[in-house]
Amino acid sequence: MEKSLNWREFIITRAIKASGYSAVVFVLLIFFFLLREGLPALGEVDASSLLNIRWYPIEDHFGILPLITGSIIITFGAALIAVPFGIGTAVYISEIAPRWMREILKPLVELLGGLPSVVLGFLGILVLSPYLRILLDLPTGLTAFTGSLLLGGIAVPTVVSVAEDALDSVPRAYREGAWALGATKWQTIWRVTLPAAKSGVLTAVMLGVGRAIGETMTVMMVTGNAPVMATKLGSLFSPVRTMTATIAAEMGEVANGSTHYHVLFFIGMVLFLISLVVNVIASSVVFRSKKRAERILS
Amino acid sequence: MTNKILIENLSLQYSDGTESLRGVSMGIRQNAVTVLFGPAGGGKSTLLRCLNRLNDLTEIKASAGRILIDEENILDAKTDVIALRRKVGMVFARPVPLPMSIRENVTYGLELAGEKRKSKLDEAVERSLKLSAVWDEVKDRLNDPAIALSGGQQQRVCLARVIALQPEIILLDEPTSGLDPISTGKVEAALLELKKEYTIILVPHSIQQAARTADYAAFFLQGELIEYGEGKSLFTVPKQKKTEDYIMGRFG
Amino acid sequence: MMTKFLSRNRHTVQRLGFSFITLMAVMTVLPIVGTIIYILFQGGSAISWDFITGFPHDGMRAGGILPAIIGTLYLTIGTAIFSVPLGIAAAIYLSEYAKDNQWTRLIRLAIINLAGIPSVVYGLFGLGLFVLFLKFGTSILAASLTLSIMTLPVIISTAEESLRAVPQAFRTVSISLGATRWQTIRKIVLKEALPGILTGVILGLERAAGETAPILFTGAAFFLPRLPQSPFDATMALPYHLFVISTQVPEMPIQIQYGTALVLLVFVLTMNLIATVIRSRARARRQW
Repeated sequence: MEKSLNWREFIITRAIKASGYSAVVFVLLIFFFLLREGLPALGEVDASSLLNIRWYPIEDHFGILPLITGSIIITFGAALIAVPFGIGTAVYISEIAPRWMREILKPLVELLGGLPSVVLGFLGILVLSPYLRILLDLPTGLTAFTGSLLLGGIAVPTVVSVAEDALDSVPRAYREGAWALGATKWQTIWRVTLPAAKSGVLTAVMLGVGRAIGETMTVMMVTGNAPVMATKLGSLFSPVRTMTATIAAEMGEVANGSTHYHVLFFIGMVLFLISLVVNVIASSVVFRSKKRAERILS
Repeated sequence: MTNKILIENLSLQYSDGTESLRGVSMGIRQNAVTVLFGPAGGGKSTLLRCLNRLNDLTEIKASAGRILIDEENILDAKTDVIALRRKVGMVFARPVPLPMSIRENVTYGLELAGEKRKSKLDEAVERSLKLSAVWDEVKDRLNDPAIALSGGQQQRVCLARVIALQPEIILLDEPTSGLDPISTGKVEAALLELKKEYTIILVPHSIQQAARTADYAAFFLQGELIEYGEGKSLFTVPKQKKTEDYIMGRFG
Repeated sequence: MMTKFLSRNRHTVQRLGFSFITLMAVMTVLPIVGTIIYILFQGGSAISWDFITGFPHDGMRAGGILPAIIGTLYLTIGTAIFSVPLGIAAAIYLSEYAKDNQWTRLIRLAIINLAGIPSVVYGLFGLGLFVLFLKFGTSILAASLTLSIMTLPVIISTAEESLRAVPQAFRTVSISLGATRWQTIRKIVLKEALPGILTGVILGLERAAGETAPILFTGAAFFLPRLPQSPFDATMALPYHLFVISTQVPEMPIQIQYGTALVLLVFVLTMNLIATVIRSRARARRQW
């Protein structure tokens, strides 16, 4: 019996270890398939036309600049909303709210993270954009601004949960030390707790921004999908189109293996690399601060 | 009396550079209580954890030497550690009842060993709870969660859990450190009873306990075995200056 | 005098600051509650037995949404089949076996990256690998596999967290009583971590159930006259259906749109509620 047990244990241990590495395998697989389908675009369209300002695939204009600026302006707008509200809510939950309030707020914010983006896009079309059109007196309510508002809401839960973790892990002794020196709770938050949690809060902001860049359905539904260069602040109030929305809207209609198909994969590759950079930086900030904390404690 | 365990020139160093053993050699007698004492970080717990290879769970930088139990080197790579741990049971400083009922706690090891017959299991539960002097207190609530018991009762159930496996050697690492004097007395009384059948190695939580319980005593300081001998003489007329200083409370 | 003034001033600042932060939190949470209530009200009147159990007809402008409901159910189950065992096994590896070295850091980095990859990029990957390269076609299988990989990081990180929360002493004791590592995991660690793992699994699947972008090119169908017959069939799905009827179908009755949004929301909220209940009950019952 012992023998068969050992044998089983050996197999199970191996299977568990293999599963452990599955995440690495998948990241490599994803990168490989994006390269495989996306790199041919560089052979079929030369770099200068890829960096053009005109996206009109039917006539073989594959300039991805308007899509990039579209993504940037919407993400920028979303960050303007998600960062203050996200950090504010995190501070409220972790430092100010009474216990019962925290028990209500945390699941609610989590719930926002779980709301399907298509539902938010749907309400964006039916409720938010007509309202904004009248309020701001615009020709259409489907603008970058509408997208930014909703995207801000989508990024908030990410910012809140990561920032709240960071605030939560600030040792209680820091706060008590500040109170003992006569600081008010408010001064303690600004001068002690938030600075101590700085790197975690920074990570929260980065991950929130990463979430916003990658969001697809909501922006596709509410931003009007016009591939025009968004270079001025005024562009915020006109229709734009993002990289993600372009892939989602057009991939269904292209022929597999066509230039258009390869260019869409190329855009996917760019998105993948952006998220890779954001996450590597964000996680290295976390690792570094953890090491620092370990040094202080030991 | 014979040596149940023979430790030969045992050295060990943890990866993080903490507590270690340096060239420890000693024989441990059968059916007696051997006490390992000394200041914290002296290597007592490390030695205990070598005897049932629990150190396998910790990252170790270097180790050397041999431990012979019944003339077999248990540090050998070919050793069946599972069988070894059934033969060499261990009770920890803090009582850790597993998150299950009292009864399941006691039968846990036996069921892992493949014992399925209910009569055998019931028998083992009663026998080991009686030997660890807690049967009368828990016999009517065997199916209650073990965590609901008092600390002293928990620790005796933990002892019963080890006894149920019918080991040959029982290791106790400061088993009474968190207990009140009455519970401590009950555990010590149980040990006196148990040594008739088992070889017991105890890391006591105080010198008083060491003196009360020791048939043999070994004084450890910074990973080295300073003095080893019969309990009675070691605590009354220690041969080494360091031992004497420690017993007199001059350091530690 | 001066200090007294200062201190009063400080407390005024604090009161103002607290009010401001509280207002921000309220403004963050209120739209969530508002959205849910609004959809409940608007969609409520569309819900009927026929709407839940009927097929769409008249170019989806009438009838029910049964195929979309069933499709989302299939996709969620399909995702669970692949991602749950793999995710829990990976979490067990990280929490119980992995040493703290370069390789483990690489795995963690990969998990963080998987969590950050845009959902539409998962769609591209699924199209490239499952639909075209492995020739599964636009199918429930391809879509479920794509969603599984997307869900994996959520399941791994929540499961690892709950495994790590199980006290180390349980493992040491179990090993000292002659258990092997796997027996310890199976009989003690997994049992104790189960509620936490379950919570993470449901939250991960909840996200998968609501996703549209990853299934756009891997398994979602615009309209199907019958239910999918095998894993190799494409399927309708609630989120994609909502997208279709709110953007692609002209003169779509608003009632059906709200009704579909409501059903999707209830689907997702129910999963969320189950997860929350499991978590709070486990917390109350926990013995350590």
